[in-house]
Amino acid sequence: MSARANKALTAKLAVVVVAMFGFGYLLVPLYDLFCEITGVGGRTGTVTERAAAGHAPDVARDVTVEFTAATAPGLQWEFRPLQRKVTVHPGAVTEVFYLARSKSRRATAGQAVPSVAPFDASRYFKKIQCFCFTNQQLAPFEERKMAVRFVVDRALPPAVHTVTLSYMFYNAEAAADSTATAAAEKT
Amino acid sequence: MASIDTTVSHDNHAQPYGIMRWLTTTNHKDIGTMYLVFSLLMLLVGGLMALLIRAELFEPGLQVLDPARFNQMTTMHALVMIFGAVMPGFVGFANWQVPLMIGAPDMALPRLNNFSFWILPFAFTLLLGSLLTADGGPASGWTLYAPLSVQGGMGVDMTIFAIHMMGVSSILGAINIIVTIFNLRAPGMTLMKMPLFVWTWLITAFLLIAVMPVLAGAVTMLLTDRHFGTAFFDPGGGGDPVMFQHIFWFFGHPEVYIMILPAFGIISQIIPTFARKPLFGYDSMVFATAAIAFLSFAVWAHHMFTVGMPLAGELYFMYATMLIAVPTGVKIFNWVATMWRGAMTFETPMLFAVSVVFLFTIGGLSGLMLAIVPADFQYHDTYFVVAHFHYVLFSGAVMAMMGGAYYWLPKWTGHRYNETLGKWHFWLTAVFFNITFFPQHFLGLAGMPRRIPDYALQFTEFNMVSTIGAFGLGIAQLLFVYIVVRCIMGGARADARVWEGAEGLEWTLPSPPPAHTFTTPPKIA
Repeated sequence: MSARANKALTAKLAVVVVAMFGFGYLLVPLYDLFCEITGVGGRTGTVTERAAAGHAPDVARDVTVEFTAATAPGLQWEFRPLQRKVTVHPGAVTEVFYLARSKSRRATAGQAVPSVAPFDASRYFKKIQCFCFTNQQLAPFEERKMAVRFVVDRALPPAVHTVTLSYMFYNAEAAADSTATAAAEKT
Repeated sequence: MASIDTTVSHDNHAQPYGIMRWLTTTNHKDIGTMYLVFSLLMLLVGGLMALLIRAELFEPGLQVLDPARFNQMTTMHALVMIFGAVMPGFVGFANWQVPLMIGAPDMALPRLNNFSFWILPFAFTLLLGSLLTADGGPASGWTLYAPLSVQGGMGVDMTIFAIHMMGVSSILGAINIIVTIFNLRAPGMTLMKMPLFVWTWLITAFLLIAVMPVLAGAVTMLLTDRHFGTAFFDPGGGGDPVMFQHIFWFFGHPEVYIMILPAFGIISQIIPTFARKPLFGYDSMVFATAAIAFLSFAVWAHHMFTVGMPLAGELYFMYATMLIAVPTGVKIFNWVATMWRGAMTFETPMLFAVSVVFLFTIGGLSGLMLAIVPADFQYHDTYFVVAHFHYVLFSGAVMAMMGGAYYWLPKWTGHRYNETLGKWHFWLTAVFFNITFFPQHFLGLAGMPRRIPDYALQFTEFNMVSTIGAFGLGIAQLLFVYIVVRCIMGGARADARVWEGAEGLEWTLPSPPPAHTFTTPPKIA
């Protein structure tokens, strides 16, 4: 038995341990990338106004887009879509509106997270402009109409006739301020 | 057989007595004993929690525990059993047996060995202490899913630190085992001559160093999400709670093999001894173990079929999971073929080993049922899952350890245990185990969800049966404690061979072996 051989092997195995700890963290961007590519988690795509206008709508095809909205605990907002559903042609740019109203006595900030079902459709649902791109700040009891401009890609699989877009508004202070989690539990 | 001269002391250092002996020991046999005693203690603590859960579920409504405590009990029962009873138990077996089986004088890194054991009592004091905090212990289930685990009080933080400590302990233990196996084998003990228990532990140790750091990363992310403003699992900040499940199960699925592969190793030692035949298909056993370990990294999402996944993903994870049945089937076949036309006798270790083969197979089959995606949507998070993993973990891992304890106790203590009581312990355990967990299959199929303290009236009868079985099972383990303690205190002398059909280096040593063994490497035929 040689103490040197033991030390050398121990050191190699320690490197594996450190690398695997790093790999755990590497899974975070990998997961993000995976969702981006496959649409897992209902991740939607984005597109510029110009690129979206470049394609003619497929008028022979109708797709129903439904809208839902929810607010996470910890954000005292009322939040709903102003239309339950619209029928669109793939390739046509459409604009819809949501309404958010603060029920809080103080200024609040929310972050909307979109999700599209079914997952097969999420990559083909492309937003041009959305209130979810940035934090939304509302003054006490302020009410605001928020727009989403989107286009359903012409390449949407033919089996898909209905696409549901859902938004969930989260308290945007929670991420910045850890005590908000505790506050969230109390509300 | 080389005779060991026990009159010559190999100690060139003064051996401390009393508590200092155990605190400062670097002897693999002492450390193995401490691991095993710790594991038995945790089995009783975790078992007590299980009995509280079963008492609450004896009838509908809330009687024994309030819902918050109930959730803490299901969480803690799992954490204590997995990280306190099963994993340290197998490390205890490895400490005792690996050096004896490969002809090594001790573990390669004895001081590290002492350190990795002594972390555990502190880790579990912290974990169990979380129950005493104002908000109680963790209540999110042992899987610690976000966002539930991002909420919760100080108990969750204590759990996170306890998991870090257990992780360090297991990683150090695993490194030690790998270095020992690679560097300290007696001359002539080639890898493919190693006893199968050593092989399964070598592969388990690699799994441990590959996935315990990932768990450490996952709980560190939880910690920073809770206190330091990160948003790994908070969608409002750009994170995703489902990602926690992916990272957790990337650790979690190899973890279930970490808990079963050493059990396979123990069974593979016991069955040839009492069938009086060499193990059938040794090479295929080694490759099957390695295959199971490789596949374990590629099937994790079968724990989360219902989170919403593209169809292609569901199908991939379904087929990959079912593929694991092939190497596992090879093992079951080999054990049965080893027994085939063997001159079998049924001493207590063999009873445990045969029942593990039988009952683990039931757990394996219910696992296959769970792997079927459309069926899993019905079974997910029901008592069917609870029944499944207790068949593989209790009648697989824990009963294999009990069999291993009976098998090697005469070697370790130098005394024979009471065979009649051992058989009583086996039959009580096997019967009450089935009374406890078999009805849970039916409960799950009928739709009873897990981790809920109350249930609908139609589930009452099966729950009552299950609770009665659980108390029987719990009490039967006190008999095990009695048998072990009596065996340590005294009993008929065991000779070196102990079992008529036993083969391997450990049986060439006297029972009990002297403190220092194989200081000159044995000759391997």
